[in-house]
Amino acid sequence: MARIDMQEVAHSYLPKIQKPDQYALKRIHMTWEDGGAYALLGPSGCGKTTLLNIISGLLKPSQGQVLYNGEDVTGRRPEQRNIAQVFQFPVLYDTMTVAENLAFPLRNRKVPADKIRERVAEVAEMLELTPVLHRKAAGLSADAKQKISLGRGLVRSDVAAILFDEPLTVIDPHLKWQLRRKLKEIHERFHTTMIYVTHDQVEAMTFADHIVVMYEGEVVQVGSPEELYERPMHKFVGYFIGSPGMNFLPCKVRGNVAEVDGTALRLDDRTAELAAKARGALELGIRPMHLELATEAAEGALPADVKAVEDQGSSKIVTLSLGGQILRARLPEEKPAPRQKAWLRFPPEWTRLFADGKLVG
Amino acid sequence: MEKWDDNRAWFLVLPVFIVVAFSAIVPLMTVVNYSVQDILGPGQTYFAGTEWFEEVLHDGRLHEALWRQLLFSGLVLLIEIPLGIMIALAMPKRGWGVSACLVTLALPLLIPWNVIGTIWLIFTRPDIGMLGVAINKAGIVFDHTASPTDAWITVMLMEVWHWTPLVALLCYAGLRAIPEAYYQAAKIDGASGWAVFRYIQLPKMRGVLTIAILLRFMDSFLIYAEPFVLTGGGPGNSTTFLSIYLVKIAMGQFDLGPAAAFSLIYFVIVLLFSFIFYQVLQNVGRREKQ
Repeated sequence: MARIDMQEVAHSYLPKIQKPDQYALKRIHMTWEDGGAYALLGPSGCGKTTLLNIISGLLKPSQGQVLYNGEDVTGRRPEQRNIAQVFQFPVLYDTMTVAENLAFPLRNRKVPADKIRERVAEVAEMLELTPVLHRKAAGLSADAKQKISLGRGLVRSDVAAILFDEPLTVIDPHLKWQLRRKLKEIHERFHTTMIYVTHDQVEAMTFADHIVVMYEGEVVQVGSPEELYERPMHKFVGYFIGSPGMNFLPCKVRGNVAEVDGTALRLDDRTAELAAKARGALELGIRPMHLELATEAAEGALPADVKAVEDQGSSKIVTLSLGGQILRARLPEEKPAPRQKAWLRFPPEWTRLFADGKLVG
Repeated sequence: MEKWDDNRAWFLVLPVFIVVAFSAIVPLMTVVNYSVQDILGPGQTYFAGTEWFEEVLHDGRLHEALWRQLLFSGLVLLIEIPLGIMIALAMPKRGWGVSACLVTLALPLLIPWNVIGTIWLIFTRPDIGMLGVAINKAGIVFDHTASPTDAWITVMLMEVWHWTPLVALLCYAGLRAIPEAYYQAAKIDGASGWAVFRYIQLPKMRGVLTIAILLRFMDSFLIYAEPFVLTGGGPGNSTTFLSIYLVKIAMGQFDLGPAAAFSLIYFVIVLLFSFIFYQVLQNVGRREKQ
């Protein structure tokens, strides 16, 4: 087990870098604590897999160092780093049985035979592979194959960390829950550092204590699910976490007042103070569930046109238009939705201010 | 819509059936026809029953040619398949080297077969050929027109030079089709180079290797043009393979009956071996899936 530090790591797949946008991974400087359960969350193509491959050593970063427990391992190959990695699609050794597949990483490391048998039996039991242990791996279902791949990642007890690269993509939805639960259990029992790559926020939130959000080759925020939801550090986190995503409105700030579309909104003192120092284009951000709707005009409320109401069963999503901007509000099921016109109130405690996409206060 | 419950759609297959009939079945039946008749001249044909088959099956020179043929095809597979795999493994995976290798490998496959015989005939001649002169200058007596061993070596060299590229290209295609994740997983699992070959590359190449083995067996079993040009089946009968012997009977002696019977037996042997190879390779795959 190990604490993994990434120092000023950057990577480009091109041999010569001319422009900053040729980096698949821009400056990454962070620490993965020993024994943590992390989710690496971001849209496709944001550099999640690149980052993972740099941690495991499949890829050598163009710049920067990777440290395991303070020791520089940047130049070491994956087998020298003692790390486990599970890939998106099942990787099997077709000619071997399930048991031989599970034993393969141990056998290559010359682990004694009785120890191998013990570990294989243990992992097979955990993943419910015991009944098929002596069958050839090639003839099994996609689910079972991916379980074998997972098993090969879990079979070594002394690894620095286990990396999962969207491991449940090919798995049936109901089994997905079960397996994610299983991984969480394994983590709670053995406290191995686990890094779990996904583009699914629900998956990230159910698996991890810490979520690392990536966007265009950068880590934009590391935090608990609650922190990501309530205080997104970047506009992207606001969009990406929560469904529907956060609302954003361009505004101008004068003193204690934010002006949106000609209407003044009060800000709390701290935010106003920070806003005075901020540079760049300012925007207000608010979660749909925090946006308050009133059917009558009130002080500090903005009039908006109701465009659509979607009933999602447990709540309603109201789509509104405010001076050409589209906003969404989530209403509790029992509350009646306004029909044509609504007045929007922005509770100061839930209203965030962003400058050039980054959180101000 | 009403469901049609007859088999009139079979008529759509009729054109193909007619083409196949004229291109394969009719010529084959002509051979069958010849094989049971004694043909003395136009209009003078007599039914001969199984006489030609019996004669051919008891022909000692045919037995010799058959064993020679089996030895030749066996050697071809033993040399070309491992060599082809090795070449494919050593080929670059990206960059300009890929095209360079592919073009170089494809060259022998593009040359007409009788020209290949001529090339090697001249190349290995002890008096003027580059290779022949060089070997003899090095103090080793080498003459494929006089020594059966030298003739065999020359024919094998030519065959390996001509057809190993095909095996290599097929294997290369098979190797390129292996997803990168397999190699990455093997690295994570700490697999050695040999383990990667044994447990990833070789199993994933089984499909293309089946094709390569079948093609190389059939082609080498039917070999004619290259040794005919190079050695003419000699010295003596030492490189007289089955088809060379067949042509000698049919064209040299104009024994159409025995030649037809021989052709049919030849055909059955090739079919039989190909079937066995195919079954064996398929079984290997099926056993691995259980």
